[in-house]
Amino acid sequence: MAEPDQHTVARDQRDPGEDNVLEMRDISVTFDMDRGVSRVIDNVDLDLKRGEIMGIVGESGSGKSMLAATMLDAVVDPGQASGEITYYPKDGEPIEVLDLPKDELKRVRWEEISMVFQGAMSSFNPTMKIRGHFKETLDAHDVDREAGFKNAYRLLSDLHMDPKRVLNSYPHELSGGMKQRALLALSLLLEPEVLVMDEPTAALDLLMQRSILTLLEDIQEEYDVTLVFITHDLPLVTKLADRLAVLYAFEVVELGPTRKIGERAAHPYTRALLKSTPNIDAPLEEMRPIEGESPDPINIPTGCSYHERCPLADELCVESDPGREEIEPEHQAACFHWEESAEAIPLNYEIGGDGEGK
Amino acid sequence: MSTDDTVLSMEDVSVEFEMEGNLINPFSKTDTVQAVDSISLDIPSNDVVALVGESGCGKTTLGKTAVALQQPTAGSVKYRGQDIWEARNSRNPSIPYEEIRQSLQIIHQDPGSSLNPNRRVRAILSVPLKRTHPDLSAEDRESRVLGMLETVGMTPAHDYAGRYPHQLSGGEQQRVALIRALLMNPDLILADEAISALDVSLRVDMMDLMLDLQDQFDTSFLFISHDLSNARYLAEHSGGRIGVMYLGEIVEIGPAEEVVSNPKHPYTKVLKWATPSIDFTSEVGEMPVRDIDIPDPVDPPSGCRFHTRCMEAREVCREQSPDPVTSDGRQQSAACFREYGDDHPYWESQPLE
Repeated sequence: MAEPDQHTVARDQRDPGEDNVLEMRDISVTFDMDRGVSRVIDNVDLDLKRGEIMGIVGESGSGKSMLAATMLDAVVDPGQASGEITYYPKDGEPIEVLDLPKDELKRVRWEEISMVFQGAMSSFNPTMKIRGHFKETLDAHDVDREAGFKNAYRLLSDLHMDPKRVLNSYPHELSGGMKQRALLALSLLLEPEVLVMDEPTAALDLLMQRSILTLLEDIQEEYDVTLVFITHDLPLVTKLADRLAVLYAFEVVELGPTRKIGERAAHPYTRALLKSTPNIDAPLEEMRPIEGESPDPINIPTGCSYHERCPLADELCVESDPGREEIEPEHQAACFHWEESAEAIPLNYEIGGDGEGK
Repeated sequence: MSTDDTVLSMEDVSVEFEMEGNLINPFSKTDTVQAVDSISLDIPSNDVVALVGESGCGKTTLGKTAVALQQPTAGSVKYRGQDIWEARNSRNPSIPYEEIRQSLQIIHQDPGSSLNPNRRVRAILSVPLKRTHPDLSAEDRESRVLGMLETVGMTPAHDYAGRYPHQLSGGEQQRVALIRALLMNPDLILADEAISALDVSLRVDMMDLMLDLQDQFDTSFLFISHDLSNARYLAEHSGGRIGVMYLGEIVEIGPAEEVVSNPKHPYTKVLKWATPSIDFTSEVGEMPVRDIDIPDPVDPPSGCRFHTRCMEAREVCREQSPDPVTSDGRQQSAACFREYGDDHPYWESQPLE
């Protein structure tokens, strides 16, 4: 996929050696409210590499759904997104997502960057068979029905369903797990380059969640799509994601290859998050909840937004906001004291395998 | 954990539901779903039992049957020896039905919709107190309510007492629901997916609180979850049991630690696989089930109900249904032919494709 073409020239000038499919620069989302300006995404920089599975992890209220919506310029009014989002199609000119006219934006969504919103399972029209939903999508994008349904059959059976039965069912006749898989098939119907999923498994039980993860892993390979998996559930994505971005208070506080974060999580918040998760193999005594609550978007603490909950915080953290810096190749964290975090917040799991990260 | 002190005893309990207007099979007028199939379970006082299983396995129905919200179609449910449904219909039960209902409480998955949106926390919590302690003065009631709010860490209690449910976070709403249940002085609380809606980082907190209160108030808990690690956290901390349900049956039950660290039933092993553990080394890997979806409970598979998905299933599993067995001096029992010993016909039987 990384074959250079005429457009990679411009790309290489920005970010040498990388084949990014989406680049987000200085992304902020603000809401004007009576209580003041609410900043629900704060200067986020994030790149998606072509063909990777990116896990974005954060608590409720960390801004993760807003970040997902921003990737498709789908922030609801009166929210204002600013910054730069550049989408690089496999072939063709780079596209500035936030500057697109309405009709072009409509095409880019679904056909280029598709999305599964949180709770979207219930967005199926209850009076329309699943087939109708597929038909509508194909028609709205002027795609030939025959070819489109061929693709639908393939997707549905790759998602372990009987395509005929599913297409002929009304939404209420399908279980939650089947509805969610039908929705995944629908979102992949127009062969997008990027699929952004916001809590795609949240309402399902664990066995279905994990089963869907195995399917996503296969789908990613077979359809050569870049996946973004957004969740509050860190252990859910540790096996799936190639890279992780940890969101705290509307900023990406740590970013890196999953394995490196697993071995050397640097930000105190990431470490606390890893520690707070009930883990079937960890000793019970070592699971600790994170003290305190995530901040209100109107009232973000000065300096480092995590300082009120952080055991390592000092004067410096109260006064100034640490930027994200590289702590090892490809691994970044936004913390003044990351070198001390491993000792201050020991983790309760062992990294298996043979040591070095991939 | 003495068994003489059994709060609740279910014997051969079955619950059937009738479904009308089935589209898939127009030949049958009504379909019956056997949500719970001949389950026996005792819950001693001060005990914790955690039921785990997928959606549709019957765990909620079994839980509701345990707290007398669902009448079984067969079998008996007894509260301290008194049959609950007889108590309701009899004139002179040894324990009045009202008292039984009060002793069995429930907290739901979605606390937001179980709290009256038009009443402040103070009013919501005064209702059970008026019932259990009709003699309390308004001031005493107020101080009990504030005391409970403080116990669960909702301080300043005055401030919280004056709020409406929508002014509370999900975790706080669940705490109010928990207090409301506790103020009825129950012997058993059914917590149905009570922490599933909370953020992962808040779940441990909520479970710690439940364990604290369980100890303080001498209550038993029947905890229902699809998450084996949460079930383990609660049951193991309190020395309780985990029961694994599949299509209306308990396929494995035993002390939490044994069930989790040494699962016997293939389905328990599948649930364990599905439990996220922090693992940065391996890939997601293959699914350890042959079929991703749970079979239609209207038409459950013959023999062992898990055979259609089980990787270990053999011909015999399709034909016969295994009863639970306890192996070599353990307390845990599992309903699987693989636990029947080396001379069982299972081992000679053809594996299913």
